[in-house]
Amino acid sequence: MAKIYSKKKNATPKMLPKKETVNFILNYSKVLRIDKIGEGIFETILN
Amino acid sequence: MAITQLPDALLVRRYIDGDETALSTLVKRHESKIFGFIYSKVLDRDISDDIFQDTFIKVIKTLKSNSYNEEGKFLPWVMRIAHNLIIDHFRKTKKMPMYRETEEFSIFSIMSDNSPNIENRIITDQVEKDLIKLLKELPDDQREVVEMRIYQDLSFKEISESTGVSINTALGRMRYALINLRRIIDKNQIILTN
Repeated sequence: MAKIYSKKKNATPKMLPKKETVNFILNYSKVLRIDKIGEGIFETILN
Repeated sequence: MAITQLPDALLVRRYIDGDETALSTLVKRHESKIFGFIYSKVLDRDISDDIFQDTFIKVIKTLKSNSYNEEGKFLPWVMRIAHNLIIDHFRKTKKMPMYRETEEFSIFSIMSDNSPNIENRIITDQVEKDLIKLLKELPDDQREVVEMRIYQDLSFKEISESTGVSINTALGRMRYALINLRRIIDKNQIILTN
């Protein structure tokens, strides 16, 4: 039987961003309002 | 159909229409691929987190301002944004390289503060006080040469002129002053170090 010379790859854990980062993104999305008025784009952060 | 099974295009549409859970689903669905892609380029978890965050801030702003072009697919579009931010990051670090402390490398090995710390200053003060006391033990002519040379920073020529002796005599007094100081230090086992 042919030998396998290549090493078996160790399973690499999934690379994920920090929970805080994801939470920040989702919260930022919730509070951000963007209005297009004429040619201008206005960003508002709602508290 | 459950929201988690909806295609990207539909989730994007729902998000633009105000459904915030659609964004959450999109982030959960693609976070591993996007974060893994960023990490594979920058090889630093914290920087990858920053770029991941900036990527989605751009995504959110584009979608909320209705500037998203649905021609392309969602994931490749986000990857392109991430790719551009990675390039920006490398441009910035090329201009201003960032060094991180590791086990093998410490930034303090190439960068140091040469000004004496408080402990060194206290020791220096103490040594100087001890030295003044020791000088008082020397014969007057020798002490005078040491004080003029060390404390008044006069040259031996100036010392010889102001004391009315030859330069060789002034040099000799200095030499004997140092020999005598060493002798007093050895005899009394005084440690003068900084």
